[in-house]
Amino acid sequence: MDYYLSVATFAALHIILAVGLNLVMGFCGQVSLGHAAFYGVGAYASAMLSVAGWPFPVAMLGGMLAAGLLGVITGLAALRFREDFLAIATMAIGFIFVGTARKLAWLGGEMGISKIPSPLSKHEYAWLAMAAAVLLIIFSLHVRRSWMGRAFSGVAQDEVQAQTIGIDIAGYKIAAFFLATASAGFAGGLYAHMTQLIVPDAFGFVVSISILAMVVIGGVGSTLGVATGAVVLTLLPEVFRIINDYKLLVYGGMLLGVMMFSPQGLAGLLSQCVQAMRRRKEAA
Amino acid sequence: MYYLDLLMIGLVWGCTYAMMALGLTLVYGLLRILHVAQATVFTLGAYAGLLVANATGSLALAFVAAIVSSCVVGVLIYRWVYEPVLDKPPFVPLVASIGLLIAMEDGFRLIFGPYGLSFTSNPWFATMVGFGGIQINLVQAVLVITAVVSIGVLGWVASSTRLGVGLRATVTDPAMAESFGVNRVQVRTATFLVASALAGVSGLLVGMLNNLVEPGMGGLIAYKGLAIIVLGGLGSVSGTLLASVLFGLIESFGTVMLDQVMDRDAVAFLFMLLMLLIRPQGLLGKGR
Repeated sequence: MDYYLSVATFAALHIILAVGLNLVMGFCGQVSLGHAAFYGVGAYASAMLSVAGWPFPVAMLGGMLAAGLLGVITGLAALRFREDFLAIATMAIGFIFVGTARKLAWLGGEMGISKIPSPLSKHEYAWLAMAAAVLLIIFSLHVRRSWMGRAFSGVAQDEVQAQTIGIDIAGYKIAAFFLATASAGFAGGLYAHMTQLIVPDAFGFVVSISILAMVVIGGVGSTLGVATGAVVLTLLPEVFRIINDYKLLVYGGMLLGVMMFSPQGLAGLLSQCVQAMRRRKEAA
Repeated sequence: MYYLDLLMIGLVWGCTYAMMALGLTLVYGLLRILHVAQATVFTLGAYAGLLVANATGSLALAFVAAIVSSCVVGVLIYRWVYEPVLDKPPFVPLVASIGLLIAMEDGFRLIFGPYGLSFTSNPWFATMVGFGGIQINLVQAVLVITAVVSIGVLGWVASSTRLGVGLRATVTDPAMAESFGVNRVQVRTATFLVASALAGVSGLLVGMLNNLVEPGMGGLIAYKGLAIIVLGGLGSVSGTLLASVLFGLIESFGTVMLDQVMDRDAVAFLFMLLMLLIRPQGLLGKGR
């Protein structure tokens, strides 16, 4: 039972991370190769608050704000760097976070932070994570259809044109980064309190790429597709134990394959099938 | 003395980065692709060279093996992975490239084992050469010489041969170049040949320098190569060379001075971010 609970919790955490990244990458067209850094900042900040004796809700909020603050700074950088520059800049943020967490004594160095107080039971973590994941999915679906979502896709498609029709590009970009990174910070806080031990490597480049894989395989821009991608990539190594040994081979191969044959991911594949069926119906 | 050693280490790394980053910047200039999978070519060159060196005992054959294998794979990556997705949004080739790198790194691990292989005999590693009171081993010397010579030759090719003119024309205006009879696919293939050969040779040299060839050896160097070409001003060759040497030096001095604060990779990337905040178009990039 504990095993299923922990798999479900991780699936929910991954949904939060992937749907969050999709807000920036799918809706706004800003590629981020360092999403795990914000997950890590949330985890470290909330863990330190908890260890210092603050109550759980304050620690979680602190983690979210710390990650969101770094996200706003990244958003400000995104105003100056476009596309390829931004992808590399976010990758740099990931490496700087891990490299600093490894060396700074007050962040625990290689040993990380241990003995983080855990105020909830395993069930409660699972429910909290799943509730947050569902809320984020609903929010993301709603954003897509709202004025904000349209402004986001304006930023993604043609910044100059969006600006000429009066869309505040800077504001929307920063808002997207804040939402994405604060939700990653929330996931980080949950992770830290649930496992009670965090080390720098849990938030490295490979983790960023795994989150990216969930978004890309699910279908960039499609909230439900991305959530499905997160669940599939969480379950895959659990169901097929053998994949665990070749996890990166499978992830990498899937990233390559999806980009080569269906850049819109699972969601794109599905909508292509639906369209093809409709056309066949109309023809009949 | 200590600082002189740091300077030498920084320069050697700077030359390694330059050989990697030069290929990356050529590819970027031509195709607008961040060629992350160059790391695969680098690691492959190292493995091919090591296996041949250990089997035959000949370093010359090892270099031939490194160059041939990396050229073949580099061109295949271009033909099979990049060519079909060139008209897609920029994140598509980038993610495909990252996927390929991660899968291949794991592939190397499965085939050659996770702990890496060493040279049975590594004569250059043991030979010391000294000049002006500094002692470096022959691998380091060869690395610096190879980088300087290959960059010099490339500079000459680019400025005064037909191929070079075709390359520069294609970078500036692909459609116009093609209408003047430059074969686009040939130019691209040649670029990947050069970039891959440089990556393979530097892979083998770095393997000899550490006396260890391991599956993950290329990843960080390629990521830093990307940081370097961004810092140099995407597509600017002289900017890339300047940024490579700066990167090597900053890493070697910064790692020692900031040891309590951050590791070597973080120093390098932090430097890149700070420089970019001052000059978002890169060191020698043109304003956009």
